[in-house]
Amino acid sequence: MSKQTLIPIGPYHPLQEEPELFKLYCDGEIVKDVKWETGYNHRGIEKLAEQKSYEEVFFLVERICGICSTSHPFAFANSVEEIVGVEITNRAKYIRSIIGELERIHSHLLWVGLAGHFLGYNTVFMWAWKYREPVLDLFEMIAGNRNNYAMFKVGGVRRDIENQKIPAIQEMLDLVKKKTDLLVGAVMDDPVIHARTKGVGILTKQDILDFAAVGPTARASGVDVDVRRDDPYAAYPLVNWKVITAEAGDVFAKAQVRLLEMYESISIIEQCLAGLKKEKEGEVDVKVKHIPEGYGTGRAEAPRGEVFHFVVSDGSNSPARHKIRAPSYTNIATFKKSCVGQSISDATISLAAVDPCYCCTERLAVAIDRQSGNRIMNAKEIINHSASITNKLLQHE
Amino acid sequence: MGFKSYCFKKSLWLFHFGGASCNNCDIEILDCLTPRYDLERFGMLLVGSIRHADVLLVNGSINKKDKPRLLEIYEQAPKPVLVVAIGACGCTGGIFAEGYTFAGPVDKIIPVDAYIPGCPPKPEAILAGIVKLLGKN
Repeated sequence: MSKQTLIPIGPYHPLQEEPELFKLYCDGEIVKDVKWETGYNHRGIEKLAEQKSYEEVFFLVERICGICSTSHPFAFANSVEEIVGVEITNRAKYIRSIIGELERIHSHLLWVGLAGHFLGYNTVFMWAWKYREPVLDLFEMIAGNRNNYAMFKVGGVRRDIENQKIPAIQEMLDLVKKKTDLLVGAVMDDPVIHARTKGVGILTKQDILDFAAVGPTARASGVDVDVRRDDPYAAYPLVNWKVITAEAGDVFAKAQVRLLEMYESISIIEQCLAGLKKEKEGEVDVKVKHIPEGYGTGRAEAPRGEVFHFVVSDGSNSPARHKIRAPSYTNIATFKKSCVGQSISDATISLAAVDPCYCCTERLAVAIDRQSGNRIMNAKEIINHSASITNKLLQHE
Repeated sequence: MGFKSYCFKKSLWLFHFGGASCNNCDIEILDCLTPRYDLERFGMLLVGSIRHADVLLVNGSINKKDKPRLLEIYEQAPKPVLVVAIGACGCTGGIFAEGYTFAGPVDKIIPVDAYIPGCPPKPEAILAGIVKLLGKN
C-alpha cells in the first residue's frame, strides 16, 4: 500500500458554515477514503422535545435547521395530526404548501450560490444570494421574520395570509421568476460550470438504492421519489405539478434538478394563491383540545429530501418520545461513493452536491475510542451504566 | 487614542465560529457579505484563520464538544480581539439552554464584547452591532 496523506476539512473551516470534520485520505491528488466526524452540532433536541408541550415543540423543531425551518414543523404537524385524527381546513393546507414551497425556492437558491462558492466561482454565489433576498422579503411580509416563520400549529396555521396581500405576493413571485430565469440561463449555459461539474461525483441508480438517499440527490440519478406525491399531505394533491428527475447522477444533474424544481415550486405557489381566493378568510385553525394516547408518523419533503418524524403520545401535554430523521442523514453517507477515486479539487463540490445539512443530522452521538476505534458504549452498556447509577443512589440513601 | 482603538481603526477582518447552532445565524452572517448588505464596503472581510482576524463572531449554543475548541481558538487569536456573540443562542443559550449537551453561553467561556440578540438577528442588526462596537472602542 502506498503512503496516504490525511487532509482534514473542518471542523471550523471557512468553506463550511457549519462545524463538521471530514478526513480525506489521499494518495497524491486522488482521494482514497473519506471519513466524517460529527457531534459538534449535537443539541439533544429529541430529549428537549420531551420536556416541552406540543405547542412549544413547534418552535423547537423549527430550530433544528435554519434553512429547512418549515419542513420539520411540517412533519411534526403531520405526525401529531395523525395521532389526533384531525383534518385541517383547505385554507390552512394552501398556506402550509405556500410556506413549504417558498422555503424550497430560497433553499435551492442558497445551494446554487454555495455550490458556486465551492467551485471558486464567487459571481454565482453573489448573484444567487442577491436573488434570494426577494424571497426572504416575502417571508417577512407573510410571517414577520426572515428565517424562522412560526407558522405551524396542531390543527392548522398560526396566522392567515389575507386576500389583500395576494397581489403583492404575486408581484414578488414574478420578480423571483424573472431572476430565476436569468440565473438558470447563466448557470446551465456556462462552459466553466459544465467543465467543473459534468461527470463529477457520479452516483448511479444502484448507489442511491444502496445508501437509501432521498430528495434531489436521488432524483438526479433517475430514482423517482418525492414524498409530496408518494404520501400526499397539505395542498399537494389539490394542485398540478410534476416531479423533476434527471438520469446522469453527476453534480450537474443535481444542479439541474434543483433549478428546474424552483419553477415547479413557483407554479405550486401560484395555484395555491388561486385556491386561497376561493376559501373563506380566517378559517385556518381547527381547535384541538386533547392529544390522545397513541403514536403517529409524519413525513414531509424538505428541500433536501424526506423528513421523518415519529411521535409517541401518552395522553399528556408533551410527547413521550420524539424521533427525528432528516434527509441529510442518508445523503451524507453517499460521500463514500461520490468522493472516492476523484481528485481532491473535485471532492469539495462532490460534498456540496448533496446539499448536506449537518444541524439536521446530528441526533445521536456515540463515543468512539481514539486508539482502538471501538464504541465506548453501546445501548446495553448505557442501560447498565444508568442502572448502576440508580443502584448507587439507592445504596447511599 | 489608546492602543486598543488604534488596533481597530482600519479594516477589520472577521472569523466566524459556528457552535451548535441551527445554521440561521451562520446564513445571516454570510448574507451580510452578499450584494444587498455588502459588509465588504467597510473593509470587513471574512477570513479563514483566526490568526488573521481582529473580530471573532460566535453564534449558536456551545456544546460540550465545542467548548474546548472555542477556548483554543480564542487563545490562538492575536490580541486585542473583539468577541461578538450573535443570536439568542450565542447570548444566552436560547431554546437549547436546557439541553444535556449545553456547556454554557459564550460569555461563560470567553469574554464577550458585544451581544447581538435575535433569532436570527437580521443582517442590519449584525451590521449595527458591529458598528456600535467600533464606536465604543
